[in-house]
Amino acid sequence: MKFIYQSWWKILGVVLVMYTLVAGFMLTVPRLPILHETIRNVYFHVPMWMAMFLVFGVSVFYSVRYLATGKEEYDLIAIESVNTGIIFYILGLLSGMLWARYTWGQYWSNDPKQNSAAIAFLLYCAYLVLRNAIDEEQKRARISAIYNIFAFPIMLVLLFILPRLTDSLHPGNGGNPAFGKYDMTNEMRAVLYPAFIGWMLIALWIATLRYRIRLIENKNNSL
Amino acid sequence: MKLLRQTGYLLRKEILLEWRSKYAFNGVLLYIVSTVFVCYIAFNLTPGFTKSQGYPVVWNVLFWIIILFASVNAIAKSFLQESRSRLLYYYTIASPHAIILSKTVYNALLMGLLSTLALIVYILFFTNNVGDALWYFLVVLSGSVTFSTVFTMVSAIAAKAGNNGTLMAILSFPVIIPVIMLLVKISKSAMDGVERSLTYGNFGVLGAINVIVIAVSLILFPFLWRD
Repeated sequence: MKFIYQSWWKILGVVLVMYTLVAGFMLTVPRLPILHETIRNVYFHVPMWMAMFLVFGVSVFYSVRYLATGKEEYDLIAIESVNTGIIFYILGLLSGMLWARYTWGQYWSNDPKQNSAAIAFLLYCAYLVLRNAIDEEQKRARISAIYNIFAFPIMLVLLFILPRLTDSLHPGNGGNPAFGKYDMTNEMRAVLYPAFIGWMLIALWIATLRYRIRLIENKNNSL
Repeated sequence: MKLLRQTGYLLRKEILLEWRSKYAFNGVLLYIVSTVFVCYIAFNLTPGFTKSQGYPVVWNVLFWIIILFASVNAIAKSFLQESRSRLLYYYTIASPHAIILSKTVYNALLMGLLSTLALIVYILFFTNNVGDALWYFLVVLSGSVTFSTVFTMVSAIAAKAGNNGTLMAILSFPVIIPVIMLLVKISKSAMDGVERSLTYGNFGVLGAINVIVIAVSLILFPFLWRD
């Protein structure tokens, strides 16, 4: 766990995010019909989801480790990662809705991708409600770890598999091009990939800060 | 082999217990019949409802919503009736995998039977032309099996967490919404008499969801179980 106390990756995260904030607005983008300048949203919308997947993945990893070892710290990492992931989830939804308003015409247009994202959001809200429903600490840790492991593959199915099976307006679904295909220039990739890494590091930083606060609280509350 | 034998014994025990009391079966059947009857009366307050344009759509969706709530009610009981001491007894004689498997299979059988009866009662009250009746029936059966696999695992979690109905609904609905979407889509095409081979893909997705849920519950139930 030495990694979370080091500062080089936090500095790297801040530098990368600052870079994408500047370069994302300054560099040129291809002029495409309908999209126009809104294509820049890809620098801010997609990294939110990448950061969310990272912290949710960390959470599942530590839930598995909790079930294997029963150490309380692992449960704290799992819950604080989910808390952080939820924030990025909301940001991802909001940035997507804002983009959809100017390209698809409405904030919410009953698109399979949007609906799936909303359902998966409920899945993680249920995790938080489940945690509040159980008083006994060890029982809460165990059952919520089980539910967390149960929810993660379902979230992946909802976000990646189901929207691809139907017609979705979202890029990358229903035959629409996404990044990696022909509408992404190398100039855009030079902003997008650093943005992924930068926001993932920032999310990790927030999660570790929350975890460390929880550790201190635990230490103060214990007799 | 040992797992299968244990599952068989536990399954027989479940069926025997249900056969003696007939509590869950009669209770849920009454629930379904009264819900269908309430819907029948409520919808027919509007004159000309059965002739209206959206009737086939409402017919299909309403049936699935009735089955959804009936199966939540039926399966929420599956871990409630087990007392603490009886669970402890199972712990000494059987593996956790056998217990979750037998519960899942039992619930699937129960829901299959109940949803068949529900379909009969439903068609009795709400008349409709189903294009491909056999295929529609198959969709109903596979839907009830999927409901059982999902709700059995969720009810095991909810039972450990104080066993209230709210938690059961909150935990299971996000999982079940995609299933419902698939089922409504397949059954609508069966109702319209669409070519069967066009729905194979959706059946495949349904089967994949079942496999994922059963695999996850087999892996996780042993951890959930011990107190």
